[in-house]
Amino acid sequence: MNTGTAYPEIVKTADGIPLKVSLARAQRKSKIRGVLLVLPLFAFILLTFFVPIFDMLFRSIENQLVPEVMQNTSKLLVDWNDQSGKLPPEEVFAAAKLDFEKGHAERTILRVGRRLNYEVPGFASLFRKTARRAKDFEPPYQDAFIERDKRWGEIDTWRLIKRESGAFTISYYLAAMDLAYAPDGNVGMRSEKQRIYLKLFWRTLVLSALITFLCLILAYPIAHLLSTLPLRTSNLLMIMVLLPFWTSLLVRTTSWIALLQQEGVINDLLVGLGLLSDDGRLAMIHNATGTIIAMTHILLPFMVLPLYSIMKTIPPSYMRAAKNLGATPAVAFIRVYFPNTVSGIGAGCILVFIISIGYYITPALVGGTDGTLISNFIAYHMSISLNWGLAAALGVILLVIVLMLYYLYDRVVGIDKMKFA
Amino acid sequence: MKKIRQISLVLGSATLLGMTGVANAQDLVVVSWGGAYTASQQKAYHDPFMAGNPGVNIINDDSAAEGISKLRAMNEAGNVTWALVDAVASDAIILCEEGLAEPVDHDALLAPAPDGTPASEDFGDLIVSDCFIPSIVYSTTFGYRTDLVKEPPTSIMDVFDLEKIPGKRSLEKRPIGNLEWALIADGVNPDEVYDVLDTEEGVDRAFAKLDTIRDEVIWWEKGAQTPQLLADGEVVIGSTYNGRLFSVIEEEKQPIAMMWDWQVFDLDGWIIPVGGPHREIVGEYLRFATDTQRLADQAKFISYGPARKSSAPLVGKHATLGIDMGPHMPTAPDNAKNTLLYNYVWWADRKDDLTERFNAWLAQ
Repeated sequence: MNTGTAYPEIVKTADGIPLKVSLARAQRKSKIRGVLLVLPLFAFILLTFFVPIFDMLFRSIENQLVPEVMQNTSKLLVDWNDQSGKLPPEEVFAAAKLDFEKGHAERTILRVGRRLNYEVPGFASLFRKTARRAKDFEPPYQDAFIERDKRWGEIDTWRLIKRESGAFTISYYLAAMDLAYAPDGNVGMRSEKQRIYLKLFWRTLVLSALITFLCLILAYPIAHLLSTLPLRTSNLLMIMVLLPFWTSLLVRTTSWIALLQQEGVINDLLVGLGLLSDDGRLAMIHNATGTIIAMTHILLPFMVLPLYSIMKTIPPSYMRAAKNLGATPAVAFIRVYFPNTVSGIGAGCILVFIISIGYYITPALVGGTDGTLISNFIAYHMSISLNWGLAAALGVILLVIVLMLYYLYDRVVGIDKMKFA
Repeated sequence: MKKIRQISLVLGSATLLGMTGVANAQDLVVVSWGGAYTASQQKAYHDPFMAGNPGVNIINDDSAAEGISKLRAMNEAGNVTWALVDAVASDAIILCEEGLAEPVDHDALLAPAPDGTPASEDFGDLIVSDCFIPSIVYSTTFGYRTDLVKEPPTSIMDVFDLEKIPGKRSLEKRPIGNLEWALIADGVNPDEVYDVLDTEEGVDRAFAKLDTIRDEVIWWEKGAQTPQLLADGEVVIGSTYNGRLFSVIEEEKQPIAMMWDWQVFDLDGWIIPVGGPHREIVGEYLRFATDTQRLADQAKFISYGPARKSSAPLVGKHATLGIDMGPHMPTAPDNAKNTLLYNYVWWADRKDDLTERFNAWLAQ
């Protein structure tokens, strides 16, 4: 062995550049080309998916509106001690007059009223009433405000404004978890009659888990059948799985209403066969049962397809070999076939569970009162009540729950085991 | 952050526009409720207006149900593409207060009545907001199956009476209207409903009354649900918009009849979005489409009452059925013996907390 070649001579290309450098350059070029190719997609996803989502999520803590519109008041309120038992000083009222006057001219002050009305009912009209007259207020402003509405003379009114005049707020999260500020500023559970969201989160998780389980036990035999039948028959059956999948969601949901309602096909049939009395018709829709049945049906293909694609890859010879080695069909299934399908089960369950957690059209139509889910309320706050902050807070909590379950799944089953095909 | 937000929203709406085709100079996007309602506007307003203004092309957009939230999003993106939006009065009030709708001078913008009465007087107190131009009065009222009830219901009390009217009933899944009805059925003087609701005990009382029929109620969210439930025999009585009941009774000839007692009046009309396009044509359109004759014309196609006093005598026969529309109007004297115009101002304050309470009550 020649020790002189411990540092081998640098290999160079024809134009004298070291080969390594030249290779790196060539590779960098193709890398850049690669990046450039995915750049449009990346930018598209960033701008149309991530930015709007994070923007929406950001709204759950954002509270720019109050400090922006009530600029003067909120600055002065910082120095006011809300536990002193005294109303804020005259300068605060003077600042409030300015803010109301300006906010009325710019048509922004009533947004603040509507924002604070989420916290305490009545603020919308208090602001509306005050804004209309604020420009005619004469000093002393405190008396002018209180004369316009006596609520301005209550310390709780000013406490609320002081509390919500920061750039960020946690009150949407409190509301989303059935908590609220008491007038004295302490956080506590809301009254029994107002509590709703915790119950709905729980119901959403339970119903989604149940629907996922039902999909699994229904889809497993179907997928097995599809994967073992000869191609021509299995293709035909596959079309029957996919046909409802391609049909409009609303059509399928409405069909379930026609089938399940009390004067519907199934009840008529059962009464006709004498299995039910005419007064004892089953209530299968406009309740949780309706949501479970309709959603299981709608989400079934999402379970069948991943299971099918996994089962298709399991050679029939495995089962034959197991039986050949003395396993009964049940043992062969449990010890050989089933473990091979776990990755498909994981994929299908995650898919169905995550879709059902965010479902809202079907529950809205067939869910009645005990079959509606948290997403129905997110939709309600997005489009009807316009409380986007609360909708965002509910959305963030839902997202966190899903991520936690995903993490749990990863620890228990392992996400790398998940296969869609 | 704000900049990126705007860019992404503009890009987002640009993609949407790209899909629907970019509106050209004289295209007027008018947002309304779709279905039979938009069809009635098309025949009574859009078609005659386009006939008189050949350069203008009115495009219907049926997203009024999500009108406020979409308008708010467009406004934040700084790209309002809607020229005119049809909104119920309570939404118009919110849009006005949020600075999303333009305030209008009703007398300057709209045509006076044929006898010269200024528009603001002709519409009267139906102008519930500076931004709102009313076009119809509709009501939420009851329809019942004539063949499934032993004796026809005659008052709101019967809706809450499970002995007189056994079976399921459908009510709208919101507190507005239902709380008022519950109190009236419980014997509260209708003039004092809102005073009673202002107290905690009053709200409890309304919910206690609703409790008595809770298990027999199917709650609806879309106006088409009650007519369907009635036609299927799923419910024996149910509330919905009177126009929907008219079409299921008169056009589809179902064995259903109206029960008008304490119908809840509501208003629907136009708002002009702040920053919307083609302001001049919109002005011309509004002057035309809300004049006395046009409002009366709409009643030929759908059974909603015209918002102008001067239009009432001009309401004629249904365009295809040929029946006299007068008696089918919620405002007809026989139907309007007991009516409730719900208190917009009161509900603007209490909608948030009472809806939460209502939903919590439903979820119990």
